[in-house]
Amino acid sequence: MSHAEDFADDRVPHPFCPGCSHGTVVDALGEAMARSAPDPQRTVLVSDIGCVGLLDRHFKVHTFHGLHGRSVTYGTGLALARPDLRVVVALGDGSLGIGGHHLISAARRGLPLTVVVFNNFTYGMTGGQSSATTPEGYVTSTSPDGSTDRPLDPCALVAACGATFVARVPAFDESLTDVLARAIAHPGFALVDVWEICTAHFMPSNDFKRSSLLQMARDTHSEFGVLRDDPPPPRAAHVPLPAPPRVDLTPAFASALERPVRIVVAGAAGQRIRTAALTFARAAVRAGLHATQKDDYPITVRTGHSVAEVIVSPRAIRFTGIEAPDVAILIAPEGVKRARSLLSAMDGTGVVLADEGLELPELRAPVLRLPCREAAREIGAENVALWALARAAARVGAPSAAAIEDVVHRHTPEAYRAKALRAVRLGFAVGE
Amino acid sequence: MLEFIDGNTAVLRAAIDAGCDFFAGYPITPATSILLEAVRELPPRGGVVVQGEDEIASIGMSIAASMAGRRAMTATSGPGMSLMSESIGLAVMGEVPLVIVDVQRMGPATGGATTSADGDVQFARWCAPGGYPIPVLAPTDVRTAYVVARHAFNLAERLRTPVILLSSKEVAMTRQTVDFDAERARLPVATRRLFDGAGAYVPYRVGRPEDVPAFSAVGGAHAVRFTTSIHDERGEITNDPVKIAAKLTHLERKITEDTDGVVLADEDLQPGAATLVVAYGVAAAAAREAVDEVRAGGGRASLLTLYTLGPFPDRRLRDAARGHARIVVPEHNFGQVAREVERVVRDGVVVPVQRIDGGMIAPSAIAQAVRA
Repeated sequence: MSHAEDFADDRVPHPFCPGCSHGTVVDALGEAMARSAPDPQRTVLVSDIGCVGLLDRHFKVHTFHGLHGRSVTYGTGLALARPDLRVVVALGDGSLGIGGHHLISAARRGLPLTVVVFNNFTYGMTGGQSSATTPEGYVTSTSPDGSTDRPLDPCALVAACGATFVARVPAFDESLTDVLARAIAHPGFALVDVWEICTAHFMPSNDFKRSSLLQMARDTHSEFGVLRDDPPPPRAAHVPLPAPPRVDLTPAFASALERPVRIVVAGAAGQRIRTAALTFARAAVRAGLHATQKDDYPITVRTGHSVAEVIVSPRAIRFTGIEAPDVAILIAPEGVKRARSLLSAMDGTGVVLADEGLELPELRAPVLRLPCREAAREIGAENVALWALARAAARVGAPSAAAIEDVVHRHTPEAYRAKALRAVRLGFAVGE
Repeated sequence: MLEFIDGNTAVLRAAIDAGCDFFAGYPITPATSILLEAVRELPPRGGVVVQGEDEIASIGMSIAASMAGRRAMTATSGPGMSLMSESIGLAVMGEVPLVIVDVQRMGPATGGATTSADGDVQFARWCAPGGYPIPVLAPTDVRTAYVVARHAFNLAERLRTPVILLSSKEVAMTRQTVDFDAERARLPVATRRLFDGAGAYVPYRVGRPEDVPAFSAVGGAHAVRFTTSIHDERGEITNDPVKIAAKLTHLERKITEDTDGVVLADEDLQPGAATLVVAYGVAAAAAREAVDEVRAGGGRASLLTLYTLGPFPDRRLRDAARGHARIVVPEHNFGQVAREVERVVRDGVVVPVQRIDGGMIAPSAIAQAVRA
């Protein structure tokens, strides 16, 4: 059995206003830690901003005092980083409001955290403004005619999000230490909403007394006591998936390419343009070339344009942009539209390989029409980009069919492999 | 191993090799794939990965995990950086080792999710209220994304500071041919200095202002007092002007006094060159090509590539600029580094080359400015 003095230092006077109930809760928290926490070295008290944030000096455990409303995120980080720690988070109703989303998420995650809400229905530190828990009709410095907003019930909120220990206790109730000790011992997410009095602001503004807490509870239909105490749902032991294998592209093929080749493949979603470009680029690397690839597609990935830019070069590639492509492969109108400025930058030194059915803008580069529809019948529309890239490879001299086929063998899922290989072979056959 | 990967993957590779074992992040283009890589790569190696409910939660969890002894990283883009900036200040004040990756996109606000820019240079440097220096490192391509990220972890651990890794969409989402084996063997892994157990642990005690306080984990054998507010060496809130001055001087000096350790830069100076190109980010890759092109044509040009943008490498720049009449500064913003160059180099004309429409500054544009 630990002693309260191992966790809290009662020689440190409370800094709170005369009559404020924070001191009572702080003392109860020290007692509760002694009953339920493992030992001071493995206990962390996270405190939020507000008058409650002054409590850390009173404790001998590890203390972590951070930004307004974010205490629950620190508690979560500590619980994830060190599951052997017992983490208690102390926050006021102001922090509850500004950091509400963190409370929602922490309750949903169900990590073992004990959240104690020092709830005095107002912002004490900044001068008695209304908070998320100020009940309707109560006067604060920002609601001089009485608050008109519905108060937030933190117990109902976290219960709805899956919290497994939920309690509400008035600060002066003799059960406070017991309830806090049970919350700290709870193996899942626990929240205790402690109803408090603020002698500096809320009480004088509302002619409020200790006994008024009970009336307020009746008026707001707020129940006291342990409202939920369920065992946390069992968690399956988490066995992570193995890390994905790394793709080693150590060169195994030859290439006679002597200059950089800049290729643009412009089509539409569903044409597996990014995959085809990746296969082509990987094959180039396997052939001892340097390569770069960047893809351009809208966030609605299953519709609209898909444009891939690939550079292959026998030398290191510094600038990865393409000002004027050496080869442009055009297989859908969405891509032509998107790549328009690149196409207009091409001169007679480049070549355009375009689906025979596509309408094209005025181009200076020579155009070679591709029978894409016919090819699609044999290899599937999803392999037309790879087929066209194989034709481009045959034309520029790299990478070789063997290098591309090797990449397909290694990296294309088995279900798609046969057709992809066929596309490569067909592309080279026509290209040569 | 020869790989064909993008800059985001390179950053995660560096994190693994640096011993990163905690990552919290929130999805945001173009940083998302760092989170996805972390999800796949860290748990099988014993690391923890969590998707935060927002960027504030992600960095909050990372800060706490770092203080509990983990090696932590988070990643985001401009809008998320805005949300994280208060917490970056917390990491400065609490002296928390942490790597924050800002994969820049075009701003302001939501800007262009997949449109590149280098517009966060000064924001990253000064994003914490109060004006305390934060190391900011920028890669120029996939290879240097790895190198710079390794450096970022070492700085974060050694100096107990947040370090911002300023990537961009163009670095992050472009695949390049890379082999990190040599770098992996060459680069050291720095660790934070741990409390040696002699006497009582005083969490923020330092000898000289530029010293870094010894670390003992929250949850370790010695009670740690961590606070966001101005504090004395015991981690207790103070309003004593002497203690305030000591703490804040320390936060400034531990970074600025170690500039040589923080600065990564490459000089390629050509005797007789009248023009120096000062470049960073993807524009540095274009600058490299431009300078090579100028030299191939018989011209002369020097190149200074900056990987450290904060604290700004004044001395390296001043030394490199000596003898050059013109300083060409290509950048994807309206002169955030050009103004620093003007501040540092008093006797050279600064020639900006700027592009802010999301497209890349071409080598030809830089070469033209060099020859002009």
